[in-house]
Amino acid sequence: MSVVGLLFLLMGAMAVGSALLVVTTARLVHSALWLVVTLGALAGCYLLLGAEFVAWVQILIYVGAVVVLLLFALMLTRAPTGVQTGLTTGNRVVAAATAGVVGLVLVTVVVAGFGGARVSVDEESVGSATSMGDAIFRHWVLPFEVLSVLLLAALVGAIVLSRGRASSGEETP
Amino acid sequence: MSTEPFLVLSALLFTIGAFGVLIRRNAIVVFMCVELMLNAANLAFVTFARHHGNLDGQIAAFFVMVVAAAEVVVGLAIIVTIFRTRRSASVDDASLLKY
Repeated sequence: MSVVGLLFLLMGAMAVGSALLVVTTARLVHSALWLVVTLGALAGCYLLLGAEFVAWVQILIYVGAVVVLLLFALMLTRAPTGVQTGLTTGNRVVAAATAGVVGLVLVTVVVAGFGGARVSVDEESVGSATSMGDAIFRHWVLPFEVLSVLLLAALVGAIVLSRGRASSGEETP
Repeated sequence: MSTEPFLVLSALLFTIGAFGVLIRRNAIVVFMCVELMLNAANLAFVTFARHHGNLDGQIAAFFVMVVAAAEVVVGLAIIVTIFRTRRSASVDDASLLKY
């Protein structure tokens, strides 16, 4: 087995194991921390696929920003740090059946559609920051600009939503 | 190396995320599971980009990440606001529209 295959096995096992722990752990904060491991392993997979820029963006945005935000939200909602009971809903069996069927369908479709497909992981990296920048600003400028407006809207929305009730009451009596 | 293992990993992560969304009670953990599903889709995008030998899939994954960041910001603001009024972050308690 090649080095890439071994690394993929390692990263994949890490990602699946820590994702299972995110879903099943009884401590809420641990769930956020296991999410970091999953996202890091996925960033490793992106590197294996030659998507260097996407891997670094994954680390920056997800591990750096999203998980920190989630931890802040856990603190703001006074989530207990200890082991808790009653974290899951009662429909565990139905949920497992639904998820199992979804997984079965996805795996079947993927294997049926791309069974013999090969990727060459030997050639040099295609997703470097230079080539990504070229592609974005040559072919994807409009979506990129729309995205900046979306981010601004999300920012304004979050500020409006998280303002206290007292201050909004003054302005709209 | 074949494309298949990456796509199967992506499908598995999506399944785990869907399972988490269905069983967890805390809204923030449900959010984390949604992030898992988004990441599974991103892995499929990047794999297909590699498969076809162009960058479009990687750019789609990049855009998904940015939209996911915006979604997290607004979603967490909503969760914190609900917590402020109802003193609970459980999705079972947010049943105002039920009846």
